[in-house]
Amino acid sequence: MSAAATPALDHSDHDHHAGPSKGLMRWLVTTNHKDIGTLYLLFSLTMFFIGGAFALVIRAELFQPGLQIVNPHFFNQMTTLHALVMVFGAVMPAFVGLANWLLPMMIGAPDMALPRMNNWSFWIMPFAFTLLLSTLFTAGGGPAGGWTLYPPLVLQTGEAFPFVILAVHMLGVSSIMGAINVIATILNLRAPGMTLMKMPLFVWTWLITAFLLIAVMPVLAGAVTMLLTDKYFGTSFFNAGGGGDPVLFQHVFWFFGHPEVYIMILPAFGVISQIIPTFARKPLFGYASMVYATASIAFLSFIVWAHHMFTVGMPLAGELFFMYATMLIAVPTGVKVFNWVSTMWRGAMTFETPMLFAIAFVILFTIGGFSGLMLAIAPADFQYHDTYFVVAHFHYVLVPGSVFSLIAAAYYWLPKWTGHMYNETLGKIHFWLSVVGVNVLFFPQHFLGLAGMPRRIPDYALQFAEFNMISSVGAFLFGLSQLLFLYNVIQTIRGGAKATDQVWEGAHGLEWTLPSPPPYHTFTTAPEVK
Amino acid sequence: MQIQETTPINSVSVANRRLVKRLLLITVAMFGFGFAMVPIYDVLCDITGLNGKTGGRVAAVESGAVDETRTVTVEFVASLNVGAPWEFSPKVSRMQVHPGQYYQTHYLARNLTRHALVGQAIPSVAPGLAAQHFQKIECFCFSRQKFEPEEGREMPVVFRIDPNLSPDVHTVTLSYTFFKLDDAGG
Repeated sequence: MSAAATPALDHSDHDHHAGPSKGLMRWLVTTNHKDIGTLYLLFSLTMFFIGGAFALVIRAELFQPGLQIVNPHFFNQMTTLHALVMVFGAVMPAFVGLANWLLPMMIGAPDMALPRMNNWSFWIMPFAFTLLLSTLFTAGGGPAGGWTLYPPLVLQTGEAFPFVILAVHMLGVSSIMGAINVIATILNLRAPGMTLMKMPLFVWTWLITAFLLIAVMPVLAGAVTMLLTDKYFGTSFFNAGGGGDPVLFQHVFWFFGHPEVYIMILPAFGVISQIIPTFARKPLFGYASMVYATASIAFLSFIVWAHHMFTVGMPLAGELFFMYATMLIAVPTGVKVFNWVSTMWRGAMTFETPMLFAIAFVILFTIGGFSGLMLAIAPADFQYHDTYFVVAHFHYVLVPGSVFSLIAAAYYWLPKWTGHMYNETLGKIHFWLSVVGVNVLFFPQHFLGLAGMPRRIPDYALQFAEFNMISSVGAFLFGLSQLLFLYNVIQTIRGGAKATDQVWEGAHGLEWTLPSPPPYHTFTTAPEVK
Repeated sequence: MQIQETTPINSVSVANRRLVKRLLLITVAMFGFGFAMVPIYDVLCDITGLNGKTGGRVAAVESGAVDETRTVTVEFVASLNVGAPWEFSPKVSRMQVHPGQYYQTHYLARNLTRHALVGQAIPSVAPGLAAQHFQKIECFCFSRQKFEPEEGREMPVVFRIDPNLSPDVHTVTLSYTFFKLDDAGG
């Protein structure tokens, strides 16, 4: 690869001005990875609060038995949209925002490989979500059959149905284009000397995640298209009366759905692998095994989908295969957890806010992994399936998992992005309130599930009342604590103590060689990587 | 002074274009794979007899020994899909059969409305592993059933249990769900 400066970029900004254009148009037409990263991150933060508000409606209704606040149909819309918004609007775009900001800086590239497609990838999202959220106001309401969109129930959605399908298609296109961009950037734009096995772990995890994205988002697109034609164009993909099968949808959906959850966690693993070595002042333990473990997890994620369907009536051989394959994923995941702990072993540790969230990630994500192992045991899953035990499991891996890693990443890199230090005291308060809140919110849900409380119900039997009340209290504690984070982020953007280039004493990597904040265009000449 | 630059043909943008073409190809292929899963699913269910599908195909009349030493209970179940306005029931609930022997039974269906209707019965056999050994020579589920207003009739099923049925299986249940076919074909 040539060492030429900016071959893939156009030089059509004729004025060669020092910075970006002013005003609203800047954000509309920008092709700059830093701007687009900021757009993704701010968008995902907004969606996080919207999805969070839906969750608080759910937890408010579940605070006590009985139907006090909302009617069941609206409750079901809340559960459906909470998940769709959090998965597709908060977690995934946030990781794409991190990718945009960090990948070029980490590999010594001037920008993403396809900057104009990058802009379009972002701008599809606000339109897609306006479309999706507008369905709450249509006749028949928004989608209410669960984010998993199972037919035949989902076909009972009213006028909102085509809007939901179109929104899902748009989001898929956005993700696919983003993934193509990430792969092209990482494979083609690394600075000379930055071999694959010298890349930061965050870059590796995004490379692998991007391959997962282009493999499975199109399958989701196919599945929802089949739903659309079943409803409006006389096909019978999922209608037994016409020779189809509703269970087919479950297979196709979860073939997408399982890699999807790894898409939501692998970049988190990358973030944690960047943060822990910094605050332990020790290199990441077992770099190569971390790369291989990530690749193994990604590969295995394609052959475990039916563990979401253990109760659907599969033959014994199928149940056994998916059970063993699912249990197998725990091995490379365990390797990663042990490596993070080993990184901290005999390190010189300090506990700034990013490190607090990273350590909480390791512990609480592992707890989520344990409940996942319990669910993997097929005969036991017959008891757990569609109960709150499943809800507890995936919220443990997604909230103190993915979301904590995103928060940790924000605290870690905000000083680099903005040039200002965030308020450390407020950060620590946010951390402790979040950790307490998230556990009060989700830990009791394990017991609710084991005691038999089903999922997706607006009202429940009286024996579930106490733990539901506790969980709801935790929900409001956790939810309101996030306002502290919002405040801290806004204040840091606007001002604060000046950040140095390196920011953190133990930070290593190309992004820490740049000024804080970095200039609009960085690495227009490739750096030397030894 | 503005410097006019021609876009250099250089390795990075060529590499980008080639890689992006390949990635787009993978994307399109995976989209096609999603749709390919539909026939793949049917083929796998057919071959393995999983999911209770008996294939809906006419089984050839086979001559073979009847296993008089063994008796299997066959139960008959009838269900209606949502919005299927029929009365639908098996004529007999269960039969004791010898594997290898042909038997005939009937299901009763009656259109409860004042309009002509078309229905489709979809069979399912439990346990799943017995499905491959349950052969239907004649079945009302092979074709769409048209009913005049308020018409009722008996619909025959001629079946045979293959003597290869696992000796662990003592009861086989044949279940039909009757669907109303509307203009949309669904």
